[in-house]
Amino acid sequence: MQVVTAKVKKKPLLDLVADQIPKLVLSPTILMTVVFIYGYVIWTGVLSFTKSSFLPNYKFAGTLQYEKLFENDRWGVAVDNLFVFGGLFILICLALGIFIAILLDQRIRAEGAIRTVFLYPMALSFIVTGTAWKWILNPSLGLERLVKDMGFENFTFDWLVNTDMAIYTLVIAAVWQSSGFVMALFLAGLRSIDSSIIKAAQIDGASLPKIYLRIILPSLRPVFFSAFIILCHIAIKSFDLVKALTNGGPGYSTDLPATFMYAFSFTRGQIGLGSASAMMMLAGVLAILIPYLYSELRGTRNA
Amino acid sequence: MHDNTVLGPQTSSAKLGRVFIYAILAFLVLFYLMPLVVMLLTSVKSMADIRTGTLISWPKEFVFDAWGKAWSSACTGVACEGVSGYFFNSIKIVLPAVLISTFLGALNGYVLTKWKFKGSDLFFGLLLFGCFIPFQVVLLPMAQTLGWLGLANTTAGLVLVHVVYGMAFTTLFFRNFYVSVPSELVSAAKIDGAGFFTIFWRILLPVSTPIIVVCVIWQFTQIWNDFLFGVVYAAGDTQPITVALNNLVNTSTGVKEYNVEMSAAIIAALPTLLVYVLAGKYFVRGLTAGSVKG
Repeated sequence: MQVVTAKVKKKPLLDLVADQIPKLVLSPTILMTVVFIYGYVIWTGVLSFTKSSFLPNYKFAGTLQYEKLFENDRWGVAVDNLFVFGGLFILICLALGIFIAILLDQRIRAEGAIRTVFLYPMALSFIVTGTAWKWILNPSLGLERLVKDMGFENFTFDWLVNTDMAIYTLVIAAVWQSSGFVMALFLAGLRSIDSSIIKAAQIDGASLPKIYLRIILPSLRPVFFSAFIILCHIAIKSFDLVKALTNGGPGYSTDLPATFMYAFSFTRGQIGLGSASAMMMLAGVLAILIPYLYSELRGTRNA
Repeated sequence: MHDNTVLGPQTSSAKLGRVFIYAILAFLVLFYLMPLVVMLLTSVKSMADIRTGTLISWPKEFVFDAWGKAWSSACTGVACEGVSGYFFNSIKIVLPAVLISTFLGALNGYVLTKWKFKGSDLFFGLLLFGCFIPFQVVLLPMAQTLGWLGLANTTAGLVLVHVVYGMAFTTLFFRNFYVSVPSELVSAAKIDGAGFFTIFWRILLPVSTPIIVVCVIWQFTQIWNDFLFGVVYAAGDTQPITVALNNLVNTSTGVKEYNVEMSAAIIAALPTLLVYVLAGKYFVRGLTAGSVKG
C-alpha cells in the first residue's frame, strides 16, 4: 500500500522535472548570452562614461571620453583609414569575387582544383597571411627587388613603409584573403539559377555579357547583400592583419578602430577612452546590420 | 541547377573568348598561389641565398635548418624556444573549445527547434547578435572577469572565452540544420515514451554528421586562427601559436631571419590548411551555409 502511493506521488514530480529539461539544457547558454554578450556590452558602455584609466573607475564623467575620442587625431586617422580600407576592400572583393565566379561558371576544366586555389587563403590566419605579405612587400628584398632584377632598375615599391601608401598594402592582403569567399558565395548562387531562363534569353538573341548583367546578376541580389554584410563585418573587425602586416605604422598611419581600441585599452592604460572607441565600433556594426535585418525580415514576410 | 552547356562556346570568336578566360584564370591562380609558394621557397633557403636571390628564385640548395630553428630555438619575444610550445598550447585550447561549443550548439539547436517554449524564438534572435558584435566591445569586462575567476593567462580561460563567443555560431548552425529534420520523428518518439535525451542521442545525433563536420571545421579554423583573444588574455608560455608567430616576426633584436619567419608561418598555417585540404568541400559548405539559400 505504501509502495503504491509512493509511486503515484513520485510520477508527477518526475514529469514536472522532465517538462523543464529543455529549459534547463538551454539555461547555461541563456545565462552566458545575458552576461557575456549583453551584460558586457552594457558594462563597456558604462566604462565609456567614466574616468577609468589603468583600472576601471566608476566615477561618472559624462561624455568626456567621447569628446576626447573625437578630438584625438589618432582616432580620426583610424576612422578615415577604415573608410578607405573598408571601401576599397569591399569593392574590390565583390568585383573580383563576382568576376572569378563568372569565369568559373563557364565549364572550366579542373574547376575543383582552381576553386581550391582561390579559397585556401580563407583557411589561414590573418597573422600568417600578414607575415607572408610583409615579406613579399618588403621594399629591399621583396617584389621591388624581383622587378629590379628583371631589368627595371628604377622600379620602386615601398608602400609598406610609406605613410601615405601603407594603408593600401592592407587592402592588397585582405582582398587576397577574402575574395575567394565572395567567389564561393556567388558561384553557389550562379549554380542555383534556373537554366531555362537563360536559354529563353539566348533564343531571344541576348549576348552572354548581357545575360549576366541583365538577368543573372540582378537575380543574385540576396547573395550580393550577404557578401556585403560579411565583408563590412570583416573590415570593421580587422585587427590581426594590421598587427601582422604594419602594426599600425609607419607612425599610426595604418591604425584602424580595432587597433586603436587595443592600444588605448591595453598598452596605454586609457580604459575609458578605449571603451568609448569600442562603443563606436559597435555603433558602426549596428548601423549596417539593423537596416539589413529590417529589410531581410520584411522581405521574408512579403514572400 | 543550371546546365552549363547553354553558356558554352558556339562560334570561333567564342573559342577565342575561351582562350582569354583560361589566360585570366591562370594569371589569377598564380596571384593566389604566390604567397604560399614564396613562403615555401623562402623557408628552405639559406640566409645568403635569400640576400642574393629574389622572392621566387629557386633555392641554390634546400636547407631545412630554418624549420628546425622555428620549431625549437627561434626567439618569440623574450623566450627562445621556438614555436613548438605555442603550437601545443593552441592544440590544448582548440580541442576542448571545439568539442564543448559543438556539443552545446547541438543541444541548443535541438531545444530551439524540437522543444520550443514561449520566448525561445526571441532568445534565438537575441543570441544571433553574438555573431555580429565586434569583440572589442566585450574585451575589457571579460579581462576583469577572467581575473576574478583566477583564469587570467590560463589555457582554461581561453577555452571559456572561445566557448562563450563560439556558441552563437554553433547554435545557429545546428538550429538551421535541425529545422529540416522532420518533427514527426520527434513527436512519434515522444508518444512512444522516449525522453528528451533519448530522442537527442537516438534520433537527432545519428543524422547530424554533416552539420557536425561543418561546425567542427568552422570552430577549429576560427579558434586556431584567433589572435585577438590570444593576445589579450594569454601571456608568456600560455600564448597560442598566432601570438607567438607575431612576436617572432616583430622581434626587433638581431638579424631578421626571413627563412625562420616563413617556416614558423607555415607551421602555424599547417593544421587549418590540412583541415581545408582534407575536408575542403565541407569547409566551403560551412562558409556558405546560411548565406545562400537554394
